[in-house]
Amino acid sequence: MDQFLVEPLFGDGPVSWYTPTNVTLWMAISVLCVVLLLVIGTRGRAVVPNRIQSVAELAYGFVYKMVEEVAGKDALKYFPYIMTLFIFIVFSNFLGLLPTAFTTTSHLAVTATMALAVFISVTVLGFVKHGMGFLRLFWIDQAPLALRPILAFIEVISYFVRPVSHSIRLMGNMMAGHAVIKVFAGFASLILVSSIGIAVTPLSILAITAIYALETLVAFIQAYVFAILTCVYLRDALHPHH
Amino acid sequence: MEGDIVQMGAYVGAGLACTGMGGAAVGVGHVVGNYISGALRNPSAAASQTATMFIGIAFAEALGIFSFLVALLLMFAV
Repeated sequence: MDQFLVEPLFGDGPVSWYTPTNVTLWMAISVLCVVLLLVIGTRGRAVVPNRIQSVAELAYGFVYKMVEEVAGKDALKYFPYIMTLFIFIVFSNFLGLLPTAFTTTSHLAVTATMALAVFISVTVLGFVKHGMGFLRLFWIDQAPLALRPILAFIEVISYFVRPVSHSIRLMGNMMAGHAVIKVFAGFASLILVSSIGIAVTPLSILAITAIYALETLVAFIQAYVFAILTCVYLRDALHPHH
Repeated sequence: MEGDIVQMGAYVGAGLACTGMGGAAVGVGHVVGNYISGALRNPSAAASQTATMFIGIAFAEALGIFSFLVALLLMFAV
């Protein structure tokens, strides 16, 4: 599982917060790809877009529509934040699928930073917009009065569990997918040491191909789910009344 | 010896925590299955509900993720 190891890029001293590591490198590559697609790719501003520009426009329109549908029209002010998150996660996930690449989103430190940023900013936004009225999010008016304290308790717990599930979902999916590929890659080398490999090796190579295809799908879907959950949390902050 | 037993317990527990994945699988399958059956009854309304389906999947999956979290804690934190 050495694909998940964080190592310094130069030499092998201890890793401090300022050491350039392979995480730094692959995050920089993701940012560079985003810049290439969204800044350099749309530089022409053509009326009839070329290929790169139309991909950038599709991505922009996709996220814009998602924010509008899930979080509502008044959430469009926060669209750049969600677009940033989505595009960065998509590129990190896809770049991580390249052989020998490092998947930055397979580390809890990376995803937890993003999830906590969403959690804190959404909570602050809710209190700034509604003051103490934001707490009505936990007080469900439609429920019978006797049930409301119990529901409020459950709602508070589920509110504070949000950043946990938000970050671990992305990290778990990325890490588990890569680990499964690694396990089958271990089986694939069996032909070198044992004759049973004649049967196992082709099967596991087929399995790697299939799981790789699945992971390509998962890489996109998890970025989509991360962005859409951000939209849901944003909607709760803007409209705490159910 | 005692440490060995604790470690064995942690590994067995991590394995048992993986049964939670089955629950998440049932939940996610239920959400998607109902989405498909609804979409086949009324295909024109299907496209507008994909986002809802993904939100539902995410919430159903969250509890499966907690079992993964428990397994990770048992493996590396105990």
